[in-house]
Amino acid sequence: MNKILARQELCKNITLLRIDAPLVARKCEPGQFIILRTDENSERIPLTVADFDREEGSVTIIFQVVGATTEKLNHLMPGDYLQDFAGPLGRMTQTDGLKKVCVIGGGVGCAIAYPVAKKLHALGAHTDVIIGFRNKELAILDEAFSAHSTRLIRMSDDGTYGDKGFVTDALKKLLAGGETYDEVIVIGPLPMMKAVCALTKEYGVKTIASMNPVMIDGTGMCGGCRLTVGGQVKFACVDGPEFDGHLIDFDEAMARNGQYREFERHAYEETCNLFREVK
Amino acid sequence: MPNMRMDRNPMPVQDPQIRSGNFSEVALGYTKEQAIDEAQRCLHCKHKPCIAGCPVKVHIPEFIAKVATGDFEAAYQIISESSALPAVCGRVCPQESQCEKMCVRGVKGESVAIGRLERFVADYHNAHSEVSAAKPQMNGHKVAVVGSGPSGLTCAGDFARKGYDVTIFEALHLAGGVLVYGIPEFRLPKSIVQREIDQLKALGVKIETNVIIGRTITIDELMQEYGFEAVFIGSGAGLPKFMNIPGENLKGVYSANEFLTRTNLMKAYQPDATTPIRKGKHVAVVGGGNVAMDAARCARRLGAEVTIIYRRTEAELPARLEEIEHAKEEGIIFRFLTNPLEIIGDEDGWVAAARCQKMQLGEPDASGRRRPVPIEGAEEVIPLDTVIMALGTSPNPLIRDTTDGLDTQHWGGIIVEEETGKTSREGVYAGGDAVTGAATVILAMGAGKTAAAAIDEMIQKK
Repeated sequence: MNKILARQELCKNITLLRIDAPLVARKCEPGQFIILRTDENSERIPLTVADFDREEGSVTIIFQVVGATTEKLNHLMPGDYLQDFAGPLGRMTQTDGLKKVCVIGGGVGCAIAYPVAKKLHALGAHTDVIIGFRNKELAILDEAFSAHSTRLIRMSDDGTYGDKGFVTDALKKLLAGGETYDEVIVIGPLPMMKAVCALTKEYGVKTIASMNPVMIDGTGMCGGCRLTVGGQVKFACVDGPEFDGHLIDFDEAMARNGQYREFERHAYEETCNLFREVK
Repeated sequence: MPNMRMDRNPMPVQDPQIRSGNFSEVALGYTKEQAIDEAQRCLHCKHKPCIAGCPVKVHIPEFIAKVATGDFEAAYQIISESSALPAVCGRVCPQESQCEKMCVRGVKGESVAIGRLERFVADYHNAHSEVSAAKPQMNGHKVAVVGSGPSGLTCAGDFARKGYDVTIFEALHLAGGVLVYGIPEFRLPKSIVQREIDQLKALGVKIETNVIIGRTITIDELMQEYGFEAVFIGSGAGLPKFMNIPGENLKGVYSANEFLTRTNLMKAYQPDATTPIRKGKHVAVVGGGNVAMDAARCARRLGAEVTIIYRRTEAELPARLEEIEHAKEEGIIFRFLTNPLEIIGDEDGWVAAARCQKMQLGEPDASGRRRPVPIEGAEEVIPLDTVIMALGTSPNPLIRDTTDGLDTQHWGGIIVEEETGKTSREGVYAGGDAVTGAATVILAMGAGKTAAAAIDEMIQKK
């Protein structure tokens, strides 16, 4: 059981929780994830670490309400407990030798991009950050990115936040303008990551994408999180979650992530109804 | 006078028609009368061949003698001197290739049903006593066990009985390892596993769930910072193997590990479960081991028509005979000498069929079994909506990748000294599937026992 220390609604349907988890906080690094259960009958869901405080022994997660379990998670308040909180899992983001990078976050993926940018910036790398959201209401972590980037480029689909357009538009402008990077690191929805990887391939810029497939144990047992990377089967939980974006079969990943959409939608509606009845 | 009847007492079971629609236990267990009658078939041979066939050396004729006189509790005490998990072993051990294989009664007739008697004794004890254990005198030494499956539980139990301060670290939210995520409820009820775990806790064993050794804490940290004098690694089998054929990542293709974990650990078979599972109408399970039978029988219970696809013949099926028979009774179809070449998807990316190669048996291979070879041009397409790959596993990389100086086989298994379980690292021992690759519960238990004894000797010598 892990206590919730703090909770903050970042925008509609996106919430930050700071969790008391000293063992995880002691070890975790940007790029790694945890698995949690809200209660005895909960699913196990993976969430990538958004921040951590080794001294306090806390780990921060940021999640979007997308299904039954995240809906339940969103009803927990400071002082409440999570049933289980296990990690850190997966491999950390490789930062060795990176001098100039572009970190790209899309939507709630920015929660994962943030600790990566923060670490690279703290290591002294030139860290350009591009963040993109549908609109201003859904924008998160603006101040945090401002404080931990060399240059911050804001994008929104409708132009209400930063420039109008996609993160790929901003990246294309940079690359076409002659910017070069040791690496681009991209975290966000699969179609966005696919588009970024297609673009950077054109320009020959190494790109790392952080994958978030369906998982159960997260420790290298079930094989549910498998992806095809460079024609080989890889397991996101132990081989990833970050992979060379130019080798990932994104179309397959998108299909696999939709496997339980129908079930999830149903479970989500039922959970929402339950909470409504309680109220 | 022993009971000289040639055949053993049959195990009462749930009717196949009924049980293929529920997850309740298939075998119902002997009555007292059946147990006594069966126990009286034992000849009490002087050379006790059955004990030699048991990986943990249960004093079989002694416990059977107690059953024959109706003193079931005394029988239990004899078994528990050697086995930490009698109610589990009585259910899932392959007795037919171990103790019962050696039984003299099997020469002319059927061997004594040792497994069924063990199960009866353990169930009798559990039904007639509370979980209790006098905590042994502590000896002041602290040891760690990685993984709470059969090898870890056995090892920890032996440590606790010797007075060690023992902590088990389990990566999942629930203790039991393969006994809870893998073996289905209808073969091994989870309440039985829980009871065995409660018993260990009563002995003083501490269990830390949600701790992933190799990630949350490393082996080195356990020894240097947490003060454990020795570590036993019983982390089990690892990542599922696939065939590397086209279509394996289509929607509706599972590894057996995933399908069983969703069904068992995450209780997807219950109507109110929050973990989804694709139940399927036409499910194929590829493989012929016990895990394949478990997956097939789970899929059947979830309502599917189930086909097992196996590239050799029935004679080569590695699963236990009892599991194969139960599967057949439950209506599972077997397609032998058939090997998938490709899984074909529909327009939405779901499984639609498997294109299979027909095989025939050729010359024996390295395993001594006749090698299946393709029959040129003989292919068939089997319509399906779900495929479960039950092809075995390769060891989990988390511990070997984070433990310097821990020698492993080229395929990833941890290398140990067979008599002790000692690895290449001082104070680090290992056993079970993490060493052998996928094997049986009882072999893992034997390895846990061996390592506990070796570690005890090592620490006492210090």
